[in-house]
Amino acid sequence: MSELTVPSQATAPAAESGLMVQAEQVHKSFGHLEVLKGIDLEVRSGEVCCLLGPSGSGKSTFLRCINHLEKINAGRIRVDGELIGYREHGGKLHELRQKEVAAQRRSIGMVFQRFNLFPHMTALENVIEAPVRVKREPKAAARERAEALLARVGLGDKMGNYPGQLSGGQQQRVAIARALAMQPKLMLFDEPTSALDPELVGEVLDVMKDLARDGMTMIVVTHEIGFAREVGDSLVFMDGGVVVEQGNPREVIANPQHDRTKAFLAKVL
Amino acid sequence: MKSEEATTVRARPEPIKAVPVRHPGRWITVAVLAVLAAMFVHVLVTNKAFNWSFMVDKMFRPPIIEGLLRGTVLMTVLAMLIGVTLGVLIAIMRLSDNPILRGVGWLYTWFFRAVPRLVLLAVFGNIGILWSRIEFGVPFDTQLGQLFGIDNLQLRLFGFSSRDILTGFMAGLLGLALSEAAYMAEIVRAGIQSVDGGQTEAAQALGMSRGQLLRRVVLPQAMRVIIPPTGNETIAMLKDTSLLLYVPVSVELFFQLDAVGKRTFQIFPMYVAACLWYLFLTSILLAGQYFLERHFGKGYDQTQRARDRLRTITAEQGGGGGQGAAG
Repeated sequence: MSELTVPSQATAPAAESGLMVQAEQVHKSFGHLEVLKGIDLEVRSGEVCCLLGPSGSGKSTFLRCINHLEKINAGRIRVDGELIGYREHGGKLHELRQKEVAAQRRSIGMVFQRFNLFPHMTALENVIEAPVRVKREPKAAARERAEALLARVGLGDKMGNYPGQLSGGQQQRVAIARALAMQPKLMLFDEPTSALDPELVGEVLDVMKDLARDGMTMIVVTHEIGFAREVGDSLVFMDGGVVVEQGNPREVIANPQHDRTKAFLAKVL
Repeated sequence: MKSEEATTVRARPEPIKAVPVRHPGRWITVAVLAVLAAMFVHVLVTNKAFNWSFMVDKMFRPPIIEGLLRGTVLMTVLAMLIGVTLGVLIAIMRLSDNPILRGVGWLYTWFFRAVPRLVLLAVFGNIGILWSRIEFGVPFDTQLGQLFGIDNLQLRLFGFSSRDILTGFMAGLLGLALSEAAYMAEIVRAGIQSVDGGQTEAAQALGMSRGQLLRRVVLPQAMRVIIPPTGNETIAMLKDTSLLLYVPVSVELFFQLDAVGKRTFQIFPMYVAACLWYLFLTSILLAGQYFLERHFGKGYDQTQRARDRLRTITAEQGGGGGQGAAG
């Protein structure tokens, strides 16, 4: 059942520093609106980092900066030691070509709030698509692994279904399997349970817990305090585009130091 | 819910037997329409100008059938193939990050949508006036030659006489296809833009290139939006092949029917024949469009069908209530 442990090529360079994600002074603006005002964050290999904060605090934007879905205006983001979106050469930053950005994204899986499954493909086809088209894996091998992945997320009997025939929780589990099919070294979760009916949240969280136990490095933007407390290795509380407080999830939740953290936790707990 | 259960214990009231609403207006409409239809049939049968036997005799003649197959059907197929392909290309150009491609795409759609198709066809039909020969080679070769003191320098690789390649058919095809590409570009652009942005993000997050993203994710979904207007465009194209009369293209249905009419002074029967032929051909296309739309609804369609199935099941379980009739 644990055939999708963190791929070996991922652990090699990161092992030296032990850091999977390093963000330094990340700034991001949309027009005149500054959404991120200097985020510093380090995520170790194998760590589950939960990003908490009120809506509009910039946590989703920050997550999207990590795989360069958003271009940052200042600062640096490194994944596994590699600068994201740019190349540093002769003291200057050079933008990476689309192809190079795409290559960087291959090893970073992402799960969206609204699933974003490809509606014209079955669950199995959704999972096979990227390994076959992007990584040029042989179809039979990709299919075999996709079937194992879907079975792992508990959807072995739904492989031939189109996303429209699946519940929200099932769709999100297919989306997780689709991201895992690329054998990423880092998984980004953007409020993976926020669009789900309450009774379907558990099945998605269970898959994520399972993944965390397998040693996957994960950054999870979530409102699920219980998940953060139980599974998280670190908790980062963001508000107004800055990191307000971070630390061990159990300690931060039990004993928040900052007033804004206290006010937020009082509302969600 | 509980109170409902309680009420079922009481005697069930007798079913409603109400007098339905009368619709006298409908009956009056039917009567008026019946009279109009009778008048129409009367004209068809009694008016000698229709000359039915003459029309039936002429409308299946070999030159007309050949004109129909080559000038109308083949032309429609080729013009649409080129038009759709080029249209997709231009749509992608117009949505590109590259400002030069965007500009070229815009210029193309602007020009070919602004010039009427009939005028465009007349221009393409007479392009031989502009160039007697069309040649490929180094641009501005003669002018460059003069710059270096060489008289009449010609650096041409190959060329054709305009009359050889821009015959009626080619000129007509070019005119129709290029004009169609501009309209198709707008349709495809609308289709691509109708696809949820999350789809692009998901594909990008998986490391797909822009080409893969378009081919595998965006375009198949855009098809649902693109197909219905493309069907309409195909039908419009079939009818617009009659404009080839102005290129002129002689091996074409309307040209042939028109020619027979003018030659025999029986213009009206031949125009009626044209109406009947176009009605027949567009009806076939309408049927084709129906099946195409069903095919590209895959995934969405299935959900709909699943929902329908669910509804019939629940209706059956509900004891054959009013919903059963809705299926």
